[in-house]
Amino acid sequence: MIVNENPVAARPAPASNRGIWGWMRQKLFSSPANTVLTVVTGWLLYIGLTPVISWSFIEADWFGSDRSACDGGACWVFITARIEQFIYGFYPEDLRWRVDLVFLQTGLLLLWLMPQSMPGKKWGVIYALSIFPISSFFLLSGGLGLEMVDTHKWGGLMLTLVLALVGIVAALPFGVLLALGRRSEMPVIRFFCTTFIEVWRGVPLITVLFMASVMLPLFVPEEVVFDKLVRALIGIVMFQSAYMAEVVRGGLQAIPRGQYEAAAAMGLGYWKMMRLVILPQALKMVIPGIVNTFIALFKDTSLVLIIGLFDLLAIVQAGLADPKWLGFAIEGYVFAGFVFWFFCFSMSRYSQSLEKRLNTGHKA
Amino acid sequence: MRKATGLAAALALTTSFSVISSAQAASTLESVQERGYLQCGVNTGLPGFSSPDDKGNWKGMDVDTCRAVAAATLGDADKVKFIPLTAKERFTALQSGEIDVLSRNTTWTLTRDSSLGLNFAGVNYYDGQGFLVSKNLGVKSALELDGATVCIQAGTTSELNLADYFRQHKMEYQPVVFDTSDQTISGFEAGRCDMLTSDQSQLYALRIKLKKPDSAMVLPEVISKEPLGPVVRQGDDQWFNIVKWSLFAQLNAEEMGLTSANIDSQKKSDNPAVGRFIGKEGIKGKGLGLADDWAYQIVKQVGNYGEIFERNVGEGSPLKIARGINALWNQGGIQYAPPIR
Repeated sequence: MIVNENPVAARPAPASNRGIWGWMRQKLFSSPANTVLTVVTGWLLYIGLTPVISWSFIEADWFGSDRSACDGGACWVFITARIEQFIYGFYPEDLRWRVDLVFLQTGLLLLWLMPQSMPGKKWGVIYALSIFPISSFFLLSGGLGLEMVDTHKWGGLMLTLVLALVGIVAALPFGVLLALGRRSEMPVIRFFCTTFIEVWRGVPLITVLFMASVMLPLFVPEEVVFDKLVRALIGIVMFQSAYMAEVVRGGLQAIPRGQYEAAAAMGLGYWKMMRLVILPQALKMVIPGIVNTFIALFKDTSLVLIIGLFDLLAIVQAGLADPKWLGFAIEGYVFAGFVFWFFCFSMSRYSQSLEKRLNTGHKA
Repeated sequence: MRKATGLAAALALTTSFSVISSAQAASTLESVQERGYLQCGVNTGLPGFSSPDDKGNWKGMDVDTCRAVAAATLGDADKVKFIPLTAKERFTALQSGEIDVLSRNTTWTLTRDSSLGLNFAGVNYYDGQGFLVSKNLGVKSALELDGATVCIQAGTTSELNLADYFRQHKMEYQPVVFDTSDQTISGFEAGRCDMLTSDQSQLYALRIKLKKPDSAMVLPEVISKEPLGPVVRQGDDQWFNIVKWSLFAQLNAEEMGLTSANIDSQKKSDNPAVGRFIGKEGIKGKGLGLADDWAYQIVKQVGNYGEIFERNVGEGSPLKIARGINALWNQGGIQYAPPIR
C-alpha cells in the first residue's frame, strides 16, 4: 500500500475563475439575469457618461482670456481666467502673498498634526492654537505695520476657509461647554445652556444671518459699525455650537455611570473627571457626529452669499454676471461644487482614518 | 487649552474688527470727505449694472453712478468702497448709515419714496418689461402675438404685468413658468415658447446666453415702467442735491458734446455754457458745497451719460442695448436734465 504522507500541493483555481475574465464571470455574468443587468447598466453608463466626459474634457477649452477662446464643450476658460479672483476675492493683488502665507501655514500645520507619527506634535498644537491664529489675523486684516485690508475685500475660497476654520475651531469648545452645562446639576447653568441650545437650534441659519446683517445695525447706535464678516462669524459660531453641543451630549450620555462613579471615587474633582476620564471617551465615540457637523458647517458657509459676502459660490455667481462671461453658469457651478466636494471629502476621509486609529468602531 | 484659545481668538476678532466710525451727526458730505472715500451700495451681480471684472474691479451703470458722486465730492472717481448688497438688505444698509448712496437697480415707486425714509435722486436708467422673440417668428410687434406661449420666471412682477397687458389688448396667451432666469432662457432656446418676457435690460443679458444670440430680437414694446436710480437718506438735502446733480451733470455733458476725451480741450472754450459747466463762471460749486470743478471731474474721470451707457450696456459692451427711451430728450428719448446755470 502506498501512502503519500505529503499533502497534494494546492492547485490554482481553474483558469476560467481567475484573472479579469474570472472576476467578470463571477461578478458580472454569473446568471442570465445578471448578464442582462450588466449589459443594461453598461449601456446606460455609456450613454450617460459619454456626453459628460466629452463635454467636460475632450471638447473642453481650458486657456485663454475671453469667451472667444471657447467653441463647444465646457468653457473652463471662465474658471482659469478668473481663478485668482475665485481664490482671493477682491484682496489687493500686491498683498496676496499674505494670504498665501496663511495658506502655507495651514497646509504645513495639517501635514504636521494629522499623520500619527510626527515629531514634536505638542509644539505643533501649541503653535496652531497660539501663534497661528494671531499671525493669520494680522496677515489677513493688517495691522502691526502691515497695510490694513478691509474685510469687505475678502472673498472667494479664502473667505470660505476663514468662515469654516473659525467656525470649526470655535464651535467645538463652545459645544463641549454647552453640553457639559446642559448636564450640569446647577439649575441656573443648566437652564441657560438648554435655552441657548434650543433657541439657536430652532432658528434657521438664514434667519440668523439675516438678523445679523439686517436687524443688528438698526439696534446698535449709529456710530458703532460692526464689521459684517464678524457679525456673520458670530452667527455661524453660535448656531453651530448649539448643534455641536447636542452631538457631544450624545457622547456624554453614552458613558456608563460607573465611569463617573469610579472617577469620583478616585477623588477627582469635576473638571479633572471630565478632562481625564469622561470627555476623552465621549468625544472619541462621537467623532462621526462631530465631523458630520463640521461638514455641514463647511457647506453652510456658502449661505453668507445672501448677506452679500462673497464666499466661493457667491464670487462665482458674481463672475457670471460679468457681461463678458454671460452664459457659463454650468461651468461655474460645477467648479464650485467640485471645490466644496474636495474639502468635505477630505474631512470625511480624515475622520475615518482617525476612527480607525482610535479604534472606536469595535468597542466591546 | 483648545477651548481657551478659541474663545480668545473669537474675542480678538470681535474687538478688533469693530470700527467706531466718525460721528454720524455731521452731514453726509462732511463725513464722506473726512473719511476720504464714498460708501456705495451696489448689486452683488447684475450684467451691465454692477459686476466684478476679471481683475476684481466693479463695472457697470450703477457702479459708474457711484464713481461720478465720488469724482464730484472727492475729486477722485476711484475713492469708492463698493458694498455689494442683496435686495433685502439694501434699504436697511442705507437707513443704518452703512452706505452713503444706494445705487442698486432700485425701481422708483411711490411706496418706496414715501414710506422708507428715503429719497430717489433721479433715474440713471429707464427700464421696463419687454419681450424677446425668435427672429424666425417674423413678428414686428407684441400686438401680433395673440395666442402665443410665453416663457416667464415664477413669482415676479413680470408675471402680473404680462397678464394685465394681454387682457388689456384682448389677447390670449399660454404661460410656461420657470424657476430661475437661466431655466427660462434655456426653455426659450429649446422652443418651449414663442417669446420670453422680463425687464428689457435683462432680456439683452439673457440673449447673450443663447447659442446664437442673433437669432432672437427684443421687441420695441415696453409694458411697464421701471425707472432705476440712486437713493439717499431723507433729511440731508445737500447730499440729495449732490447725487441728483451728479446725474444731471452727466446728461448735460452729453447734450453739450463734452466727453472725457475732449473736455480738456474745451477748457478754453468761449461758450458760456461750457464755462459754467467746468466751473469757470456762474455759481460754480458753491450751491452744492463742492469744489468748482465738480462737474468737470465727473466727465473727465467717468464720462458723460452717453459714454457711460455705451461702455456698460450699449454698443461698446456685449449687451448691445439700444438707447431707446434712455436717449437724450432731443434725440427721441426722455433723459432730460435741468441746465447748469
